[in-house]
Amino acid sequence: MPTLVSHPDEVKIVSSRFGKGATEIDRYIELGGYEAVRQAIEKGPEWIITEMKASNLRGRGGAGFPTGMKWSFVPKQSEKPKYVLVNGDESEPGTCKDHLIFLHDPHAVIEGAIVAGIAVGAKTGFIYLRGEYRYLLKIMEKAIAEAYAKGFLGKGIFGSSFDFEVISQTGAGAYEVGEESALMESLEGKRGIPRIRPPFPAVVGLYGGPTVINNAETIASVPHILRMGGEAYAKIGSARNGGTRLFCISGHAERPGVYELPMGYNLKKMIYEVAGGIRGGRQLKAVVPGGSSTPVLLPNEIDIGMDFDQVGKAGSMLGSGGVVVLDETVCMVEFALRTIQFYQHESCGWCIPCREGTDWLKKTLTRFHAGGGEAKDIENIRYLAENMLGRTFCPLGDAAAMPTIAFIKKFRHEFEDHLNGRPCPYAKQQELALA
Amino acid sequence: MSLTTISENPKPGSTIFSPELAARFDRLATLYPVRRSALIPMLLYAQDEIGYVSDAAIAEIAQRLDLTVLDVRNVLSYYSMLRTKPVGKYNVQVCTNISCMVRGGQELFQHCKKRLGIGHKETTPDGLFSLEEVECIGACSWAPAVQVNYDFHENLTPETMDALLDEYRSKAGQ
Repeated sequence: MPTLVSHPDEVKIVSSRFGKGATEIDRYIELGGYEAVRQAIEKGPEWIITEMKASNLRGRGGAGFPTGMKWSFVPKQSEKPKYVLVNGDESEPGTCKDHLIFLHDPHAVIEGAIVAGIAVGAKTGFIYLRGEYRYLLKIMEKAIAEAYAKGFLGKGIFGSSFDFEVISQTGAGAYEVGEESALMESLEGKRGIPRIRPPFPAVVGLYGGPTVINNAETIASVPHILRMGGEAYAKIGSARNGGTRLFCISGHAERPGVYELPMGYNLKKMIYEVAGGIRGGRQLKAVVPGGSSTPVLLPNEIDIGMDFDQVGKAGSMLGSGGVVVLDETVCMVEFALRTIQFYQHESCGWCIPCREGTDWLKKTLTRFHAGGGEAKDIENIRYLAENMLGRTFCPLGDAAAMPTIAFIKKFRHEFEDHLNGRPCPYAKQQELALA
Repeated sequence: MSLTTISENPKPGSTIFSPELAARFDRLATLYPVRRSALIPMLLYAQDEIGYVSDAAIAEIAQRLDLTVLDVRNVLSYYSMLRTKPVGKYNVQVCTNISCMVRGGQELFQHCKKRLGIGHKETTPDGLFSLEEVECIGACSWAPAVQVNYDFHENLTPETMDALLDEYRSKAGQ
């Protein structure tokens, strides 16, 4: 069972019910659960969307799109049924927050999905978990059954005129399916190949109907926002970045774990105070701030607020909240190689720049790390990655290219250290660190 | 895939699955707005019961969802968790992606290789264990992490990994 952590600087909103038995519906209700949806039914769609816009909640999957605005794009009238789709296909390396939400607070996801349904006029919601999360699907299925038994799902929910059904399932192992259009393909029983946009899912989505797709953490935040009010939620975070988010600290931190901190919380403080600094008092070498696709930051670049805008200004991205802390023992060439191996494995193969680009990067980096690198390879790696940028239908190509460019730019000296047939100069210290 | 698949088409109404799973499939086929949506869940549940997705399972699922065998295979081949060959009773999946790698995931995988005497996607001769190096499994803050079948195990070392393998071995003996 994943261990829960705590720090005084945390503001527990989404994680407020973690470890409190809220998987049981009665306990969830005791802890304020299903209050937001009653309010939503009473006050109606316009009020919900106004509160959501006021909250400055931005998508927690990685793109950071304002949730209230996304919901407002769904047309009021539609011949085809509308849908709510909860994206729990958490697969960005470094990210394990939705894991905890499904484990500890599945009803928050259900409640958030119902609210989204009322807001946009959808009568069906889908909760899609990644295939590896089968034990969490069981928890989710039980929670859904409890909600049906109470009349919170089904026809005339909470005695109102609203109907809302929820179907949950898992995927079967595919990073690409975390991309919203590939997710819809997967849910329609197909290979997870992305769709060309426009049209966007809010207009033409699942089964051709208007569809709201939100990350599980985004959806789990919704009931809390309605209960405390959009403005109050916005105040917790920084400018244009409302509320809190779950930061998954992994790697060489002394106390790794999932911490809920206000948006805009200082990254340096997060690593050195919240997560207890670098294990064994070693030196920090680098930080991947938001999952494996986000450009790496150097130790002198981490005195920044962790929100979508400030991390963007620092040349990286807030991404999915996966903060990977790397100490002096890490070989950045090996790290770059492992990152690229992943994207090469997960490329769906549709767009040539991504399919071929990741493959060549993997081949070159493998040879390079093994001591077969030539000086011209360094420029070739950068050039190849730069030519993948913006040339694919979905962001997977960029997700592979962006970190690669940053590794070359910021750690060129480590690449040079591998030249002339030299074995990896960092192998020895890694062995020592693990001993 | 062979031509024999065609002659092996199941008779309507007959099933190769347990009565419980067949009943679940009946429900799944009408649960979604479009029948085909049940395909990935069906493939997973069939694999759970049989151990892999067999030719007969593919044929029956295709028939249940009004798809061709080719349609089903096309989808099946995309997803890394779905397999068309049997694996060991316990499928040991070691994550070596970045968060696990920097906390000893690679070493853990090498240790498992040595300990089990098998490589990536191989099975021990007694059929008890299979080994797989996998991509991120979503347990990054509790690295290094391993999944055995669907069960997660976190914060492992070579020593606790050995204990874990022993535990599964004795579980199989019971």
